[in-house]
Amino acid sequence: MKPGHGEIVLAEGDVEVAEEERALIEAFRRELDAGMWAAVPTQTTDGRREAELVKSFAEVPRDAERVIFFPRAAGGSR
Amino acid sequence: MLLGLATAALVLGALVWELSRPRLTAGVARARTRAREHGLFSVRDLRGTRGSALELDYDPGRERRAEQRARELLRSCVNEREWAMYRDLGFLRVYGRAGERYAYLIYPHKPIVSYVPCTGALLSEYCVAFPDHSRPYGSARLPASDDVLAKWMALRADERRLIADANMHLPGRQVDPERVRRDLQRLARWERERITCAA
Repeated sequence: MKPGHGEIVLAEGDVEVAEEERALIEAFRRELDAGMWAAVPTQTTDGRREAELVKSFAEVPRDAERVIFFPRAAGGSR
Repeated sequence: MLLGLATAALVLGALVWELSRPRLTAGVARARTRAREHGLFSVRDLRGTRGSALELDYDPGRERRAEQRARELLRSCVNEREWAMYRDLGFLRVYGRAGERYAYLIYPHKPIVSYVPCTGALLSEYCVAFPDHSRPYGSARLPASDDVLAKWMALRADERRLIADANMHLPGRQVDPERVRRDLQRLARWERERITCAA
């Protein structure tokens, strides 16, 4: 998510292909180093939509379709 | 005589220009800053081609396209009921992790409001923002639906952390309690209508 732009695709690939996985890991680290939060949208067995915050690429479920990066939360107006 | 008048007019013109120049320059700078903060212009530095001149590219549709993309992303992440709620009412209701004893109303670019569903009593306002300090498009603000999605994801994934990061206030600090009560009535009516339609 980017101000003034909305959703931008940063990287796409198959985690089962070593080279593509490396590219995904690099993109993941780059965003986290830039101070973004990473969330994986998930769905429970009863159909509830959830989200999971992940701090490393290893925490991303292997079958995840996408990881959404968004700016870190900060306290708003005082 | 004519020469004297012409000289006096020139001197007067120069004086007026010198006196008004700082205000004109400040006015132009203020207008540019305002335009940048509202994301109406992208600023491209043309250093190297024309000194340090700035070219302002006006794109009135960018914010609208960004919001359209953000709505699609939100729709793909929340369930059908939550999407319909946001589409029809303009906010999302999310129950707390502890069950249906308390819930949150998520408004775009406004504090999250917590309340007790069974009584409608308002509990707190949680002011939270997701500023992108890289300001890639002149504004640190996410599109409205991205702001809602960021709050939704953060609440679903780590409610305690989000609440801890937020600035907590009593209800009414930024969001009018009357408006929230009206929204809760609209929500109750909306839910009744959906149940009726489903039946």
